[in-house]
Amino acid sequence: MIQIGGTRIAMEEQPVQQRIKNFCSVPLGYTEEEVIAEAQRCIQCIHGPCEKMCPVHMDIKAMIREIVARNFKEAFLIAKKDNAIPAIAGRVCPQEEQCEGVCPFFNTDNGINIGKLEAFIADWAMENGVKEEFHIEERPEQVAIIGSGPAGISCAVDLRKYGYKVTMFEALHKAGGVLQYGIPAFRLPKDIVDYEVSYLTEIGVEVKLNHIVGQNIMFNELRKKFDAIFVGTGAGAPQFLGIEGERLKGLYSANEFLFRTNLMKAYEFPEYDTPIVCGAAIGVIGAGNVAMDVARCALRLGAKNVYMLYRRTKKESPARIEELQHALEEGLRFMELVNPSRVLGNEDGWVTGIELLRMKLGEPDKSGRPRPIKIEGSEFTMKLDTVVEALGNKPNRLFLDQTPELETTRWGTLEVDKNLMTNVEGVAAGGDAIRGNATVILALGDGRKAAQSIHNYILRRRK
Amino acid sequence: MRYKIVDKKDLCPGNYLIEIEAPNIAQRFEPGQFVIVRINEKGERIPLTVADFDTQKGTITLIFQVVGKSTMQLGTLNVGDAVLDCVGPLGKPSEIKKFGRVICIGGGTGIACIYPLIRALADAGNEVISIIGARTASLLILEDEITVLISRTSVATDDGSKGHHGFVTDVLTNLLDEYRNSGGIDRVIAIGPPVMMKAVADITRSLHIKTIVSLNSVMLDGTGMCGSCRVFIDGEMKLACIDGPEFDAHKVNFEDLVSRLEMFKEKESEAMNHYSSNAGVRK
Ligand SMILES: Cc1cc2nc3c(=O)[nH]c(=O)nc-3n(C[C@H](O)[C@H](O)[C@H](O)COP(=O)(O)OP(=O)(O)OC[C@H]3O[C@@H](n4cnc5c(N)ncnc54)[C@H](O)[C@@H]3O)c2cc1C
Ligand SMILES: Cc1cc2nc3c(=O)[nH]c(=O)nc-3n(C[C@H](O)[C@H](O)[C@H](O)COP(=O)(O)OP(=O)(O)OC[C@H]3O[C@@H](n4cnc5c(N)ncnc54)[C@H](O)[C@@H]3O)c2cc1C
Ligand code: SF4
Ligand code: SF4
Ligand code: FES
Repeated sequence: MIQIGGTRIAMEEQPVQQRIKNFCSVPLGYTEEEVIAEAQRCIQCIHGPCEKMCPVHMDIKAMIREIVARNFKEAFLIAKKDNAIPAIAGRVCPQEEQCEGVCPFFNTDNGINIGKLEAFIADWAMENGVKEEFHIEERPEQVAIIGSGPAGISCAVDLRKYGYKVTMFEALHKAGGVLQYGIPAFRLPKDIVDYEVSYLTEIGVEVKLNHIVGQNIMFNELRKKFDAIFVGTGAGAPQFLGIEGERLKGLYSANEFLFRTNLMKAYEFPEYDTPIVCGAAIGVIGAGNVAMDVARCALRLGAKNVYMLYRRTKKESPARIEELQHALEEGLRFMELVNPSRVLGNEDGWVTGIELLRMKLGEPDKSGRPRPIKIEGSEFTMKLDTVVEALGNKPNRLFLDQTPELETTRWGTLEVDKNLMTNVEGVAAGGDAIRGNATVILALGDGRKAAQSIHNYILRRRK
Repeated sequence: MRYKIVDKKDLCPGNYLIEIEAPNIAQRFEPGQFVIVRINEKGERIPLTVADFDTQKGTITLIFQVVGKSTMQLGTLNVGDAVLDCVGPLGKPSEIKKFGRVICIGGGTGIACIYPLIRALADAGNEVISIIGARTASLLILEDEITVLISRTSVATDDGSKGHHGFVTDVLTNLLDEYRNSGGIDRVIAIGPPVMMKAVADITRSLHIKTIVSLNSVMLDGTGMCGSCRVFIDGEMKLACIDGPEFDAHKVNFEDLVSRLEMFKEKESEAMNHYSSNAGVRK
């Protein structure tokens, strides 16, 4: 029986008490019957609002139709056409602001679960060895990709499809960017990231790890050797508040905390060598996806009380709804309208607490969110063992310092034209390197668009 | 990619030298820079200074002291074995030019880190004087290699088993006195335990002698991404991995450096115990 509309098919999840003791995926995925039932709820809106809101304009309706018909392979190929990494986007996209947010059932919390449908078919394809088939007609030109995050990955895949020789340079010992070192495995299992990265090698992209452009290989060298370059270096440099006490032991940037936990697998210490010190009471400054990830990692590392310290209120939190909900279920204590003024420490140099100032909300600022205003004299302190600053990141200056020829904005991001080309001939850029802290799917869309621009550039130059 | 060990020496108790095949690093290396090594899939990323290099053979030499789990495990590797990752050269190169008369001080394993600087500074036409020190004579490394490079090398040991009985800083004070009326000292470079570097800085500060130290803060990525290596220079936060590792000694907050180095101490001994007990089982 076709069931249009109705209620969203709930996805089974690991029970809270169990999941806060491991780093395995929280959602357990749909079964085939469930995925079909969920797909059947879609009414195939004539103008496909969901598709318009998807930054890469996936053919969501067609994908859903194939799922309903149990043609998972077809559904997968449709998704893959516009989205190089559906298994990942399906899990981490802020769907409520994009595809699902405009679904007619969204208002009743019953928007079609597009992300989970997408993840299902991608997982299905991975398990069944189904891949996109294409023939590569080799071209002589070579393109360098700097950075192996979602922007770099999607750009590399498309450029290979055009037939270019593609070499990817990654600073770290593992490819994947934030997908690898930032987003925790309970949200994005690492075998999925590894699979997408191994796919790159499979289609002939040469991935060079431990290559830091601007440090142990120079941008100029790449310019000499390659016909074009894509810069997808992300925004990986941590920001600190610049308040008293940041030298203390027990204070981390979110990057350090997540890098240790995820990339270096500190949660399996001492089986894995990299340690992390996470006390019983931890305060996480911020309330975005990054802060949520830190908080949820801390709960799994054994912290008893995890506080989120946010200047605005829950309502203004920029995190995905699913993340905030999961974090609250897992025991996160959300403190609204507080702003840290000082981190407190003891004689041995360890964090012992934090001093906070109470805030109130004022008129909306440029971001459209109400501006937080300090309430003078409202300082109070709380005891903490660990503090993590999750304030958002800036573009990495190691690369920028070595490339003065590349124009930047005053936020330190790279300046690009509407085709994502920088001011330097043959050099394109995308993802967080041009946007600051954005999203996986925007990075992916950029990579794709940049590949197109690079292709056009090379064709033009050839004439 | 794996980086093969082509030579290994036991320098002295608890100190090893390994030569690793890493042609790209050998080619690009400049004195003052370091690499980050990860032994295997489960390993942590540990920073080690490049003590020497050979562009012909495409190798770099690392000298390290066993202080914890990773360095102990690295010490068990032999010629023919390999490490999984070796990334570098990292950090800013040392400023090498003709300064005039330069005193280079190396303490303990720091002697290995100062060695390439001594050579480069001598090659650049400086009169280099070195002071090397260790707890005891048997722990003194690279003495012969350094002595042949330059005309004057002084030795200090804490227990008096060789050279001056006492600290390198005693020798430094004497040398500064000695040269006071014959042109003085143009620059001092010190690499070793933070207490040693701090003591050197305290001596040269009032004499206004430019002094450089190399800071060994706890590192993770080595590319400016994590902030773990943050140090405080004249009150300002800097990242030792990309802004350093060398800094003006008179501006360094050594108390914070020493304190922050202890952050993972308990965990480190846990790792060590875990490793030792498992290594025992494997045998
Ligand atoms: C903890 C966390 C959680 C997030 N959660 C979400 C989420 O749920 N949903 C979502 O859509 N977005 C999320 N984001 C944002 C999203 O991950 C980023 O917008 C996206 O990864 C940007 O992709 P990118 O390819 O531009 O850069 P990155 O993913 O940052 O990749 C850049 C790569 O370039 C490498 N690199 C940098 N400099 C150099 C150099 N000089 N030489 C060589 N390589 C270099 C880096 O090592 C890195 O691997 C999150 C971000 C973080 C940090
Ligand atoms: C730029 C740089 C260059 C370095 N060069 C060399 C070198 O050439 N030879 C060498 O032997 N060592 C060098 N070090 C120090 C070396 O990285 C550490 O000794 C090593 O990481 C310890 O790892 P472990 O697992 O064996 O010991 P751990 O178990 O991590 O630590 C054991 C003990 O060593 C201390 N320690 C931890 N990290 C460091 C550190 N970064 N520096 C000093 N002490 C530390 C801890 O406080 C602890 O007491 C360098 C460090 C830096 C930052
Ligand atoms: S890529 Fe993201 S926005 Fe687009 S359909 Fe998939 S989940 Fe929605
Ligand atoms: S908006 Fe919702 S119901 Fe309409 S086509 Fe898209 S998924 Fe289907
Ligand atoms: S080691 Fe991470 S910023 Fe220096």
